[in-house]
Amino acid sequence: MSIKTRRLTYSLAINEALTQMMERDPSVILIGQGVKSPWYVGNTAQGLIKKFGEQRVIDTPVSENAMTGAAIGASLAGMRAIAVHPRMDFMLYAFDPIVNEAANWSYMNGGKVSVPVVFWGVINRGGEQAAQHSQALHAMFSHAPGLKVVMPSTAYDAKGLMVAAIEDDNPVVYVDDRWLYNTEDDVPEELYSVPIGKGIVRREGKDVSVIASSYLVGEAVKAASTLEPSGIDVEVVDLRTVKPLDVDLILASVEKTGRAVIVDPGWKMCGLAAEISAVISENSIGCLKSPIRRVTLPDIPAPASRSLEENYYISSRNIVDTIMQLVGADLKI
Amino acid sequence: MKPDSNTVIDLYRTMVRIRVCEESFIAPILSREIRCPVHLCTGQEAVAAGVCAALEKEDYIFGNHRSHGHFLAKGGKMHEMVAEVFCRETGCSRGRGGSMHLVDPSIGMMGSAPIVAGTIPLALGAALAAKTRNDGRVAVSFFGDGATGEGVLCESLNFAALKKLPILFVCENNLYSTHLPIDEIRVSRKIFELGIPFGEQSHRVDGNDVLEVHGAARKAVDLCRKGRGPVFLECMTYRMHGHVGPDDNIQGSHTDIRPPAEIEKWRRKDPIKRIERHILKKRIASLRELKEIQAQAENEVLEAQDFARNSSFPKKEELSLYVYKN
Ligand SMILES: Cc1ncc(C[n+]2csc(CCOP(=O)(O)OP(=O)(O)O)c2C)c(N)n1
Ligand SMILES: [Mg+2]
Repeated sequence: MSIKTRRLTYSLAINEALTQMMERDPSVILIGQGVKSPWYVGNTAQGLIKKFGEQRVIDTPVSENAMTGAAIGASLAGMRAIAVHPRMDFMLYAFDPIVNEAANWSYMNGGKVSVPVVFWGVINRGGEQAAQHSQALHAMFSHAPGLKVVMPSTAYDAKGLMVAAIEDDNPVVYVDDRWLYNTEDDVPEELYSVPIGKGIVRREGKDVSVIASSYLVGEAVKAASTLEPSGIDVEVVDLRTVKPLDVDLILASVEKTGRAVIVDPGWKMCGLAAEISAVISENSIGCLKSPIRRVTLPDIPAPASRSLEENYYISSRNIVDTIMQLVGADLKI
Repeated sequence: MKPDSNTVIDLYRTMVRIRVCEESFIAPILSREIRCPVHLCTGQEAVAAGVCAALEKEDYIFGNHRSHGHFLAKGGKMHEMVAEVFCRETGCSRGRGGSMHLVDPSIGMMGSAPIVAGTIPLALGAALAAKTRNDGRVAVSFFGDGATGEGVLCESLNFAALKKLPILFVCENNLYSTHLPIDEIRVSRKIFELGIPFGEQSHRVDGNDVLEVHGAARKAVDLCRKGRGPVFLECMTYRMHGHVGPDDNIQGSHTDIRPPAEIEKWRRKDPIKRIERHILKKRIASLRELKEIQAQAENEVLEAQDFARNSSFPKKEELSLYVYKN
């Protein structure tokens, strides 16, 4: 069987995953603010109401707590609900049902019931939107046992991980990034899934491992190309799933290169990068030729002004600088 | 009790200042000189003006994402607000917040924030502080019809009533919550009835009639000061622009689904035109005097924009300031 692929944007890849899953499985429903409006979720939900009706594609009042709880309840009652939050910041109103109820439900009920629900939160930042319209909160969700957290970096993964998230019998937090919505990739037309819990090496190298997720994978690959002429050979590991972490893949890469730069679009303190750093230290410290470095957001709320935003968000330049500091001296560049 | 002539003129001036200032943002938004999301309150000026004129400087207000009018009406400095919208260091939030984060504690403008309903319990807390200290202050929470979807509103209504807190819940019902008309977010259009089961005095007023808003707000504030609060006030109004920016249609994203006939209907109810007619009919001021007030506002806005444009952006090295108080 030949697999037909074509170029597709990240946002349309999500749209295709939703469309195909809703076609295949009548128990799949989408609920959340703005599923009718391109202003909210770009074109990720386009055509869904027309195809599947307002019974299954439900635009809601501004009631994140109740709507997310309802998605959980519907999933307990036989549906596979996707609760969409057009900005992750709004999802904090739903922290309680996500963490207290969904994450704990299986365990505290002795495994009698599971919650096949997807919490889809969009990171939407930049443009001087300031502190409450910019946050990347994946680490907070990763802290809670019982949740899985995925962060696709390509259109291929955006589709495959959405499918996997919907198919999973457990609550999955699906975190995408508006900055990626227009990026393109080869995406198969048919339904496929990307396994949750498995990362991927996006670029092989021998001098340093850059471990990244979401839009920073692209920045890491850019950084690797920038450094190529100076003879620094960078390996880029894309986590794809941040919980559960693909520990084997991370350790294998770091054991090969002996150096780790962890790049995370969230804050530093108690963040994803801290966790990965700990995993490497606990398991592979003997292989390290230099200290682990983290490239994260500073522990500062997102500023409004463009002059501060420029300094706040991470780009390939920050990754290049960090690698240079780490490797440059050793390799005498 | 009818407001005296000076009060009427003050209400007019406040509304004109808000209107002229709001409209002045359009060109710089379209040229991308202003980049932060700006939610214009053109058409809703009477609510901010009428409510804030019933307050003392020491009283507290809290706003939402659409709070330029609240800030100005409470006595915030226009040039500091404009500089904030331009995200400059001289802005009221030092360029860290932008249009959605306006603050000036010196005049009781305690802050605004775009998390829908997020500041309602903060206003509740300010009222609690006033009651605890017995200092006679009143707190006002401004929020939209969209905020009635959030559970925290009901929690706040209940606690305010339970403790008889001096708080005025002001719902600016402009019939839309981003892309959703009110009938798609709730069964009853009568938002003011929300306060009733909690035992609150709840009223609906014409939010485009500044005298009616002002009268209702004065009564409500008076009750609050006498320990007979809280009060819920629903102000029926309309935003003349799209949800964010000057007009979503012009910007090409077609998220503004309001029917043109409806917009036209509300244009005829323009709150500034209405008070103008009243002033002229009652001979409170002459047309020339009103024109003078408009000219002053236009001047003030030009100066505020000059001030903003001549102000620098926050310095890169100062990114980490203000995370904590030192
Ligand atoms: C918690 C939360 N959910 C969703 C949003 C997105 N959002 C921004 S404004 C708005 C609705 C605003 O409607 P309303 O409260 O009526 O105020 P208006 O814009 O009409 O002044 C929504 C849903 C948000 N800012 N915060
Ligand atoms: Mg509204």
